[in-house]
Amino acid sequence: MILKLALRNLLGAGLRTWLNVIVLSFAFMAIIWTQGLYEGMNDQGRRASVEAALGGGQYWQKNYDPYDVLSLEDAHAVVPDFLRSMIDENKATAVLVVQGTLYPQGRIHPVLVKGIDPGQAVLTLPAHFLKTGEDRLPALIGSRLAKSTGLGVGDTVTLRWRDAKGTFDARDLEIVQVMKTVVQSIDQGQVWLPLERLRKLAAMEGQASLVVLDQGTVEHPPVEGWVFRDLDYLLSDIKQLVQMKSAGATILYTVLILLAMLAIFDTQVLSIFRRRKEMGTLMALGFTRGRLIRLFTLEGALHGVLAAAAAALYGIPFLTWYARQGWAVPESMDSYGFAIGERLFPVYGAGLVAGTTILVLVITTIVSYLPTRRIARLKPTEALRGRMS
Amino acid sequence: MKNSYLIETVDLVKTYSLGEYTIIALNKVSLNFENAEFTGLVGPSGSGKTTLLNIVGSLDSPTSGSAVVMGRKVEDLSHKEAAALRNRSIGFIFQTFNLLPVYTVFENVEFPLLLLGHASSERRKMTTAALEWVGLADRAKSKPDQLSGGQSQRVAIARAVVKKPALILADEPTANLDAENSHHILQTMERLNRDLGTTFIFATHDEKVIAYIRRKITLVDGAVAKDERLEPRPPEGGPRP
Repeated sequence: MILKLALRNLLGAGLRTWLNVIVLSFAFMAIIWTQGLYEGMNDQGRRASVEAALGGGQYWQKNYDPYDVLSLEDAHAVVPDFLRSMIDENKATAVLVVQGTLYPQGRIHPVLVKGIDPGQAVLTLPAHFLKTGEDRLPALIGSRLAKSTGLGVGDTVTLRWRDAKGTFDARDLEIVQVMKTVVQSIDQGQVWLPLERLRKLAAMEGQASLVVLDQGTVEHPPVEGWVFRDLDYLLSDIKQLVQMKSAGATILYTVLILLAMLAIFDTQVLSIFRRRKEMGTLMALGFTRGRLIRLFTLEGALHGVLAAAAAALYGIPFLTWYARQGWAVPESMDSYGFAIGERLFPVYGAGLVAGTTILVLVITTIVSYLPTRRIARLKPTEALRGRMS
Repeated sequence: MKNSYLIETVDLVKTYSLGEYTIIALNKVSLNFENAEFTGLVGPSGSGKTTLLNIVGSLDSPTSGSAVVMGRKVEDLSHKEAAALRNRSIGFIFQTFNLLPVYTVFENVEFPLLLLGHASSERRKMTTAALEWVGLADRAKSKPDQLSGGQSQRVAIARAVVKKPALILADEPTANLDAENSHHILQTMERLNRDLGTTFIFATHDEKVIAYIRRKITLVDGAVAKDERLEPRPPEGGPRP
């Protein structure tokens, strides 16, 4: 009965109700839309990184720290038997990392030199381009590095590195492929060489800095001198980056929500002020104050329900289309550090929609309740006279 | 205090504070009302008619003294108990009709039954009967803003009587009506009083109402100045000559 009355009153308020509902539904959509974009960003970034670089987790040589370039000198060791057998079974691939410098057109360009087996199938990296004759030293670089160094396929460039004994050495490389990858860490600042060639050049025979496991590898027993890093650890950077950007977006929908809530609060205050006589009548008919508070709170809270319905009406078709179509990532996004490709496909999960709905409904209910506390002091006789005690 | 009366007030006092001043709205009012009375509280504005009606209707409580309504002491009732008493046993008719604007005529009349928790079929039956009593069965689907003043007041009467309360309190029920509608309304209420045995108490200074009532209580400055039984009206109905 209270629900019916609340709904009637709400719809009876006409344009004011619909304005509130529309603003609230925009806030609703803004939350779901932006959060869906970040979910998609996270999802795509995660997938691309896993496929191209991280695999199903990695064993790191105990000194290996990708954030400390100076540690690389000591971050290599002979691949232990257990990991070697996994590599032989194509369940893992070894990567050797050495610090180096490129000299494109006389300029100095520090890079990470990485050795990978050209026949590996664990990562989607196009390592097969590195299968060449011994007469030349093939190298694979990302499009960003190619752009920043002005190098292209067939170009030759001098690489200098320091071997295991601390001796500097240099060779000319031939760029055999410029790969287009969405994983920025690979795309810029890295030069990929055939693993065995790099081992020889660096005097690190049979050694690796890390071993990447195939996706879906469940077992990862402890290996002496090596540390296993799972995907949660390896993807923490992407997660943090997305969370940081997502937090920035909350400002937008917090403002929208605040506007909507202000409108609802205002409507509630106005409604309680204007409808004092009606409240008096309801009390004369047998309504308690508690029941009146429930009625007015419900009326306000129904704004949230109507907004959810309105948002569903235009939101479901739009978001479905948008999730399929994706968003053409603008050039400016390139510097954001996300591995998301040219199109970003938002992900609108049930959790996101349900969570947003609950959030909006709870906030709307609280905002609707606050002005109704005045009713608790309302005297029926005053209300019938159109006064507020 | 005996509780054989429908309503019994003893030394009822109601005062209001207005800044430094205290206004005495009711001054030691002692009155008894029996079942099926058709009584009017008359007197000039500010004489305490509405205040007495509000206390008897458990919408307000006295400053001192006692008001026993259907065996319940109004001054001792909690908000919930007072609401329950109003809901079950008292009907209200207001000068400005006070219909719920978003409901239809039928739903307005049905509303007290909803609060009482009656079943849907029973509600429908009782609501239709109440609308027939007041001659508005054909306007059941109309909204309050589509009705004339007289029709609105008849809907208010139907809403007050639909639950068959023992007591109906009417505050200036004819103040917003023309003479013809006033007589129509009063005849309807008189018929309900006769047929259902419902007690009606009016707060009024309208001579048209006074022509119908059978007991006239005159209030002056919050005190009972006169309490008189009036001549019966002619058997064919209509106002007293």
